Amino acid sequence: MSTETESIVTAEAGSRSMRRGMRELRRAEGGGKVPASAGRRAHGRRETLAGYGFLVPWLIGFLGLTVGPMIYSLYLAFTRYNLFTEPEWVGFDNFVRMFTDDPNYMQSVQITLVYVLVGTPIKLAAALGIALLLNYRNKGSGFFRSSFYAPSLIGASVSVAIVWRAMFSTNGPVDSSLSLFGIELGGWVGNVALVLPMMILLAVWQFGAPMVIFLAGLKQVPAELYEAAEVDGAGPMRKFWSVTIPMLSPVIFFNLLLETINAFQVFASAFIISNGSGGPAGMTNFYTVYLYKRGFADLQMGYAAAMAWVLVIVVAIIAFILFKTQKSWVHYAGENR
Amino acid sequence: MSTTTDVPRAEFAEIATNAGPPRRRRMKRSSVNTIIWFVVLLAFTAIVLYPLVWLLFSTFKPSSEFGQNPGLIPDNPTIENYIKVAEGIGGTPLWQFFANSLFIAVMAVIGTIISSALAAYAFARIRFKGVGVLFAAMIGTLLLPFHVIIIPQYIMFNKLELVDTYWPLILPKFLATEAFFVFLIVQFIRNIPRDMDEAARIDGAGHIRIFFSIIVPLIKPALITSAIFTFIWTWNDFLGPLLYVNSPEKYPLPIALRLYNDATSTSDYGATVAVSFLALLPILIFFIVFQRFLVAGVATQGLKG
Repeated sequence: MSTETESIVTAEAGSRSMRRGMRELRRAEGGGKVPASAGRRAHGRRETLAGYGFLVPWLIGFLGLTVGPMIYSLYLAFTRYNLFTEPEWVGFDNFVRMFTDDPNYMQSVQITLVYVLVGTPIKLAAALGIALLLNYRNKGSGFFRSSFYAPSLIGASVSVAIVWRAMFSTNGPVDSSLSLFGIELGGWVGNVALVLPMMILLAVWQFGAPMVIFLAGLKQVPAELYEAAEVDGAGPMRKFWSVTIPMLSPVIFFNLLLETINAFQVFASAFIISNGSGGPAGMTNFYTVYLYKRGFADLQMGYAAAMAWVLVIVVAIIAFILFKTQKSWVHYAGENR
Repeated sequence: MSTTTDVPRAEFAEIATNAGPPRRRRMKRSSVNTIIWFVVLLAFTAIVLYPLVWLLFSTFKPSSEFGQNPGLIPDNPTIENYIKVAEGIGGTPLWQFFANSLFIAVMAVIGTIISSALAAYAFARIRFKGVGVLFAAMIGTLLLPFHVIIIPQYIMFNKLELVDTYWPLILPKFLATEAFFVFLIVQFIRNIPRDMDEAARIDGAGHIRIFFSIIVPLIKPALITSAIFTFIWTWNDFLGPLLYVNSPEKYPLPIALRLYNDATSTSDYGATVAVSFLALLPILIFFIVFQRFLVAGVATQGLKG
């Protein structure tokens, strides 16, 4: 491996470490062992002191900027609050309104789901495909790997949103290239049917980050497995489905989890491309854009907090389903052999 | 191994893809494959990087060419856009936006590095009651949609009268709120053999001593990766300054860019594109210089990029 860090851990270790965290959590709930001697007890106290000492900044941030705000926003979700008067308790009103009396909300949910459910699989397929291609040959792949990774780094920036809008505008580069093939679509930005595909393309363009993780996973697949498969007469397709995919499944799981959760949170690009309106006709009014508009433009902070909590619950459910189903399709090396 | 340069490469490809034994009779087919491989990837690269190349070339187009000339090469190349944007907008010179962005990003880097390294050491090296629960909670925040905390955070910073200062953007970084970096450094420390800490401990060194004189020098690569990512993310951050920075003279670049984007019609598209490119330039330079660390960092743990 070319760098020190590269060889150290892969995404596989990443998702495994998450499981280790869960295991430690379970163990901690079972109660710690009581150290036998007084000397060890004193040592334990010193360690506890040191542990919390090192954690002070993180603990302040965790309690003051994450847990505290989460609890407060849960409270706000059941209130009407405009930042200037005291929050007024309204019970489940915000949630009821959301699902029964707010067509903009339902549309926002709909386009966000399309964006996540269509965009994420395409992005991951592109990432895996290119990773396989890069993995074919080691030498010379570094340049390509870096080039493909670059969009991931800048994709969420305002500059890229501006470029994207220009690229897909009427008479822009995309429009004029397509017309060479006789496809006359006009601009994508103002087109109700095309603006969501355009946003999905922007997401897919950032396939580099999951690609790099896939590549790291591919490098870890033991060569003996392919040899064994070959001895058994497996062709390239068979090897892909029976060796590559199962061996890569922890990395696929990891990418799927992170990319899905990230996709729900798309904001800056949609905000810039639509000038903060979520238009045309609400087609870029993604969940977070609508949340921002409700919370910070209309100052309906209670409603926005309720929206945020619905998002948290949806993300939690997705994570839960993925973690539950991983037993059936994710294979960790050294387990169940 | 053979002496010509091409053969080991071909063998490499064999090993990488099939893991079969090197077979020389396949050599010819392999070089053809290599050429196809190269051409296909080059084509993909051209598509992927085209928007950025197009952006660079477009900065030399006069505003009148936008909507007329979708191609790469300007019909009438000019540096007028750059001259115009250097003056700034709304009475604030362009360099001021750069300076604001730089200040926020540098403070964020310092804060993230210090607080994340401290927390990571506790999680990775100190055994104390509650560490398991706290570690799991830290991992949990990785998956938490941050929109659930922006509203109460805004209310809090508003009550503290810190809106329109940089505090809401910088303070969280000093409190290790970006769990990705804590996690990245934890992974790194866990892979350092404990022998050295134990030797130091026998010599009477405490955790503070071990942290500063043994761990910190060894985790430099992880710290550099965290620093670069923090810099780039902070530099690109849009929502944070959109919420908290109101005065134009305090705007960092992404928000300043919005001024160009909103205030100007197509007639001044040249200026918008030029500032867009200038805003990306530091990131692109960073990327070219530090790509080794960045790509390794992603491979390590799946940063969102």
